Amino acid sequence: MSALTDLTITSARAGLDAREFSARELTEAHIAAAEAARELNTLVFETFDLARARADAADKRLAAGEGSLLEGVPLAIKDLYCTRGVHSTACSHILDGFEPPYESTVTENLWREGAVMLGKANMDEFAMGSANVTSYYGNVINPWRRQGDDKPLVPGGSSGGSAAAVAAHMALGATGTDTGGSIRQPAAFCGIVGLKPTYGRCSRWGLIAFASSLDQAGPLTRSVEDAALMLRAMAGYDAKDSTSVDVPVPDYVAALNGDVKGLRVGVPAEYRLDGMPEEIETLWRQGTEWFKAAGAEIVDISLPHTKYSLPTYYIVAPAECSSNLARYDGVRFGLREADSDLTHMYERTRAKGFGAEVQRRIMIGTYVLSAGYYDAYYLKAQKLRTLIARDFQTAFEKVDVVLTPTAPSAAFAIGEKMDDPIAMYLNDIFTVPASMAGLPGISVPAGLSNDGLPLGLQLLGQPFDEARMLNAAQFLETAAAFTAQPAWLTERAG
Amino acid sequence: MAIDKATVLRIAKLARIEVADDATDGLADELNAIMAWVEQLSEVDTDGVEPMTSVVAVTLPLRADVAGTAVPREDLLADAPNAEGGFFVVPKVIE
Repeated sequence: MSALTDLTITSARAGLDAREFSARELTEAHIAAAEAARELNTLVFETFDLARARADAADKRLAAGEGSLLEGVPLAIKDLYCTRGVHSTACSHILDGFEPPYESTVTENLWREGAVMLGKANMDEFAMGSANVTSYYGNVINPWRRQGDDKPLVPGGSSGGSAAAVAAHMALGATGTDTGGSIRQPAAFCGIVGLKPTYGRCSRWGLIAFASSLDQAGPLTRSVEDAALMLRAMAGYDAKDSTSVDVPVPDYVAALNGDVKGLRVGVPAEYRLDGMPEEIETLWRQGTEWFKAAGAEIVDISLPHTKYSLPTYYIVAPAECSSNLARYDGVRFGLREADSDLTHMYERTRAKGFGAEVQRRIMIGTYVLSAGYYDAYYLKAQKLRTLIARDFQTAFEKVDVVLTPTAPSAAFAIGEKMDDPIAMYLNDIFTVPASMAGLPGISVPAGLSNDGLPLGLQLLGQPFDEARMLNAAQFLETAAAFTAQPAWLTERAG
Repeated sequence: MAIDKATVLRIAKLARIEVADDATDGLADELNAIMAWVEQLSEVDTDGVEPMTSVVAVTLPLRADVAGTAVPREDLLADAPNAEGGFFVVPKVIE
């Protein structure tokens, strides 16, 4: 049975079509894997009985020859997605017990294509974090460990439970959301593929909002082809999200041909940081060599406002979060701290229900939006955002994709970078700029650090040009031939 | 313009988050560190730059003004910490 959990989504679908195994068998294998992996704390709510029922329904459709794109494929769903009647709390205490009476559009799309939900994946509270250490349900443990070191490592964040679940082979794929790097960075830390689509490509309806001008849904998978397949199922116009864009969703899988001859690959000078680990610099250079050897053209580009992306992000995102999270008041859902006075009830509920990082960001957001500071901070940041986006527009006149590292380090130990919020924010230095510009990005596992941890390379594409970006990503995946497995998995297999 | 204790309390009030008295100094330090770090944006000349309001250039779609299906009231109230007679219940606000 263990072999079933080593499949990709693509090979599992082929196996289901060929009747080599049933959807029920595939789901049971993943439930067993998930039960055995509870110590990693990737799922905050298990829906195994629901999974079995959906797998049986998938088997019926497969028997009738009506299998859809993801028929019978077991997935982990980030707890940020509203799923009807099922625990959806964004891993915050303030949403205790929330079971939405509606379904997010993206998960609805996945169920329409036959996917099976294994459970709700752990995450940083309200997606605010880069290490999955702010969840009300506790830390997620990365299935990878440094060579000769047993210290538990973070899986990255905020989609840390999603990434770790896929890396530990307890789900064939997972949904994540990416506001400033929350899909790409954990994918890099866990040695898997993570795709953030263009802003507007996937509906945000039913995603618990963090920063509405940045949030975007996307898949985490063990292959680029799987990411292409999942994106096709997740994407599409939705009248319920006014920022959803009405453009056709191409067949991303069909567009994969591995040919990058003539592709113009931009390498931004500003991403070469002082003090960046040599191994990341080396891997990045190796990435450009792979493309060059396959006939792609490497183009030096400049994105001059790169260094301002993170501070801009830390005005825009908290501002939007302070507004979005105003709805948690102890009246309509979740936690309530009783008080005879309404305002005190609000204040006590929010003090108790939000964790330290969320409170910090609400406070920052409230401050930058408050009277007298709006122009100096928020308006200024919105102008910077125009300049950051313009940098990319100029670069994309000369290149088709941009190649960078995904993160400035490999996974770090739980407890590190905890004292200084800004040190934690710097994790997203390579992922935030594209978020600010709404561009699609993908992280592909491309090599190992000196102590045996996965490192990712990131490709960025032009708006709604995920197909070309995915094709370049698949080339990168083939060239890198990343086959290393996390310690947690190899020890169990051994 | 450092954030002092009084400012922390004012922001907390605006944000409707109760802050314990002994936590204000620590919060002020944290917020000041973050604001000092974002202060570097002031070195960029943004005169004449349009603020970004949306990353994708789309006009907001219009729809016909017709009633659609809403989530049933009882389903929404089922998630409330306190509901009674078809309403959300809050502490008394009018004497």
